[in-house]
Amino acid sequence: MSSDSDQHLPHILGDRLLTAVWLALLVLTVVTILVARIHLGFNNILVAMTIATTKALLVIFFFMHMKYENRLLQGLLCLAFVVLAIFIGMTFFDVAYRDVALS
Amino acid sequence: MNQAATLPQSIPPGYLASSQGKGGLASWLFTTDHKRIGLLYLACILTLFAVGVCLGLIMRLKLITPGNQLLTPQTYNAVFTLHGVIMIFMVVIPSIPATFGNFLLPLHLGAQDVSFPRLNLFSWWLYLIGSLVAVLSIFTGSGAPDTGWTFYVPFSERTTTNVSVAVLAVFILGFSSILTGLNFVTTIHQMRARGMTWRRLSLFVWSLYATAWVQVLATPVLGITVLLVFAERVLNLGLFDPTRGGDPLLYQHLFWIYSHPAVYIMILPAMGVVSDIIPVFARKRIFGYKMIAFSSLTIAFVGSLVWAHHMFTSGISDFAVLLFSFLTFIVAVPSAIKVFNWLSTLYKGSISLEPPLLYTLGFIWMFSVGGLTGLIQGAAGPDIHVHDTYFIVGHFHYVIFGGTGLGMFAALHYWFPKMFGRMYDRRRARTAFWIILAGMNLLYFPMFVLGMEGMPRRYYDYLPEFATGQFISTVGSWVLAAGLGLMFWNLYAGLRRGAPAGPNPWGAATLEWTLSSPPPHENFEHEPRVDHGPYDFAREASHE
Repeated sequence: MSSDSDQHLPHILGDRLLTAVWLALLVLTVVTILVARIHLGFNNILVAMTIATTKALLVIFFFMHMKYENRLLQGLLCLAFVVLAIFIGMTFFDVAYRDVALS
Repeated sequence: MNQAATLPQSIPPGYLASSQGKGGLASWLFTTDHKRIGLLYLACILTLFAVGVCLGLIMRLKLITPGNQLLTPQTYNAVFTLHGVIMIFMVVIPSIPATFGNFLLPLHLGAQDVSFPRLNLFSWWLYLIGSLVAVLSIFTGSGAPDTGWTFYVPFSERTTTNVSVAVLAVFILGFSSILTGLNFVTTIHQMRARGMTWRRLSLFVWSLYATAWVQVLATPVLGITVLLVFAERVLNLGLFDPTRGGDPLLYQHLFWIYSHPAVYIMILPAMGVVSDIIPVFARKRIFGYKMIAFSSLTIAFVGSLVWAHHMFTSGISDFAVLLFSFLTFIVAVPSAIKVFNWLSTLYKGSISLEPPLLYTLGFIWMFSVGGLTGLIQGAAGPDIHVHDTYFIVGHFHYVIFGGTGLGMFAALHYWFPKMFGRMYDRRRARTAFWIILAGMNLLYFPMFVLGMEGMPRRYYDYLPEFATGQFISTVGSWVLAAGLGLMFWNLYAGLRRGAPAGPNPWGAATLEWTLSSPPPHENFEHEPRVDHGPYDFAREASHE
């Protein structure tokens, strides 16, 4: 059977890296709470989504080892992210312009 | 294509027989053979299809004349809700991918099974459990759900009927669909036989691939959405209810983010079936192979960006209306590419009007009518006039029943000899086709007229000026039911005592036809080496 995947080698991440990622996640969580208290209007959503996406990427790339996977898997993950971004983006596009009449 | 001279006198037992001493019902319920799982799905789907048809017939009978007869308003609401939920979530969405996809994907790739056979079985069990929970919602609690299959808020949050159990069923069914999609994507990437390059994949496999991606990426949104409705009902959250600060339009966005791509989960596999059948019965290579394959991916992607065209009258922003209307027109382009390529394949072909091709031609007609009427609704202006009328019911049934339904029947008539090793009565199959086609058009075409005249959908009663259209439509439902009865009886008779079909009764060139009918448990004795495309009939003929 043909295969698109490269030779897969196991990766063991060091404690330092894992701790650093964990700390980054904690910091970003605190930032999310702090930013939510500042009134930025519609931009609050953009900031919250950006932080949430960064956190998700950290988990996927390091805790789930996506950083060390082949390009096919990374590309497929990227596709999923793009689709999700479009779903969320176009929904909020409607919300952002709901009070604006074309006429 | 009649190979009577070379037909075997007996039918090999193949995968239908028990293997390794395991027999009985358990050998089916716990099988990991993709072919058997495909048949399990087929049995469940056809059973539920019969239930959905009966509910539809009851609905049409109630509407034959104006006035209150046969059903109470509450029962009528429950009947059209159940008809929708059963037909959409339990019949049409899993129809072709779960049955023919499971049965044929490994055979088309030259593989022994799908990548995750146990996950495949688990997916069927989830489907079975989800369907049982949905049935449970009819008979438990305080009455069958009455919201329509869309579960629109705020009504779905406030109704005292059994919506919570119904959305739980949809949640479970959604997971079954996701797991099937995941299995198919992995199988197509990892399990292709030597020489089976991407350009040698059958167009049915390409359509399954595009569909599987939509299943994996869009279905979780439905799962989350119905879970939120469940949480809203049970925990009294304020996500969608405007009286508690929620946004009901957010629900509609989330629901249609899945449910519009779901239309492509329904129609894309049927398009794949059509693309595989036409060249066989035109004895020509498919015209525009690459464009058809590419258009499947384009439909899957662009089709995921048009969901809010269901919401033009709901109060979304004018900018969103403009954007989604534009995108809706874009998605018509790859659909048209397919239709033109199918017709170009037929052009100057050596056409053999066998039952599978007849159903395929029926698909093209019904899908074209459904697709073109869809553009009327995709245009924001006319949509305001026809929104939530019988026009949309007619359009939807032309696309889904006329499209996916006839595509499913085409697949059933095409691969029936491969699945069961026997041939049905072809003449009777042609008669059934014409009755079904007449019934469908008699049933659904008057709905376009009724809708243009202003007949709202889902109404229990109607004004006298709509009576003629409603009457014709109901008569059409009887004709359609008669055609379906004849078709299924013919297939059943073929199953019981049809003549042995032989390995390749249609002279097709895809890999499944190199195997005996029905195929053996392990599919290929040795891994096949593929050296030609799926529509290379000259090569196939020279091999014979």
